[in-house]
Amino acid sequence: MFTTFLFYALSTVLLAAAVGVITARNPVYAALFLILAFVSSAVLWLLLEAEFLAIVLVLVYVGAVMVLFLFVVMMLDINVTTLREGFLRYAPVGAIVAGIIVLELAYVIWFRSDGLPVGTQLVPRDAAYSSTEELGKVLYTQYLYPFELAGMLLLLAIVAAILLTMRHRPGLKVQDVAEQVKVQRGDRIRMVKMKSESE
Amino acid sequence: MMVTLSHYLTLSALLFTISIAGIFLNRKNVIVLLMCVELLLLAVNFNFIAFSRYLDDPAGQVFVFFILTVAAAESAIGLAILVVLFRGRRSINVQELDVLKG
Repeated sequence: MFTTFLFYALSTVLLAAAVGVITARNPVYAALFLILAFVSSAVLWLLLEAEFLAIVLVLVYVGAVMVLFLFVVMMLDINVTTLREGFLRYAPVGAIVAGIIVLELAYVIWFRSDGLPVGTQLVPRDAAYSSTEELGKVLYTQYLYPFELAGMLLLLAIVAAILLTMRHRPGLKVQDVAEQVKVQRGDRIRMVKMKSESE
Repeated sequence: MMVTLSHYLTLSALLFTISIAGIFLNRKNVIVLLMCVELLLLAVNFNFIAFSRYLDDPAGQVFVFFILTVAAAESAIGLAILVVLFRGRRSINVQELDVLKG
């Protein structure tokens, strides 16, 4: 009974935060609403006993991605009023498309769900069950190659993001490591032959 | 009354719809568009986790893990492109990004 109450309360917060994201006037408020949405869905994932992913959602999204969003929002000097033009003009189109999608999804969920356990009650797992362990067991055996590909993808994202935002400013004094390493003795020292002098 | 799979599917459908509507409403502001894409991916993750729990199959959680990875990479590169774009054009209005229009 308590979980049902928790589900409805958190769902309300989640949907309200999602509406806040799409209607907020200021992108900073939109980012903060998005953080609220992520946190409440992390708690909902805890209700579904996906503890590892709930923590990952909070750490990766709230801790990293949303901080990145806030940084970018603050870094860019955005004129909000011009970006809000046409907000109401496109509202009917958005409402129509959203309504169609709601009808389609409701039809699929409520009428075409044969063979799916849509009505079953959840049996709580016992205390010794660890979702992290279960996830690790399949992740490192059956999904090992996709897992390594995911690592490569993250590396690619790092390289791409740095390469995109790196600026070469002329006249900047930087060390060129390759130049330093390949230097020869002759580049630095000049031997001079001269007679010894005496007073 | 207990929470069933349909409840979670309905919640995720509503979240998906709200973010689709957000893409239409905020179609000039690239930052909010990226945030709406994050919400879309969150709705999809909800479906995966709910199915994984109710069908008792950890493969669904593996996919959520991969989606989180791809989404993090996507937002990092997307925001990097956004910063470069703003440096060049001093604007992130989608309607002013028409150089490739021909």
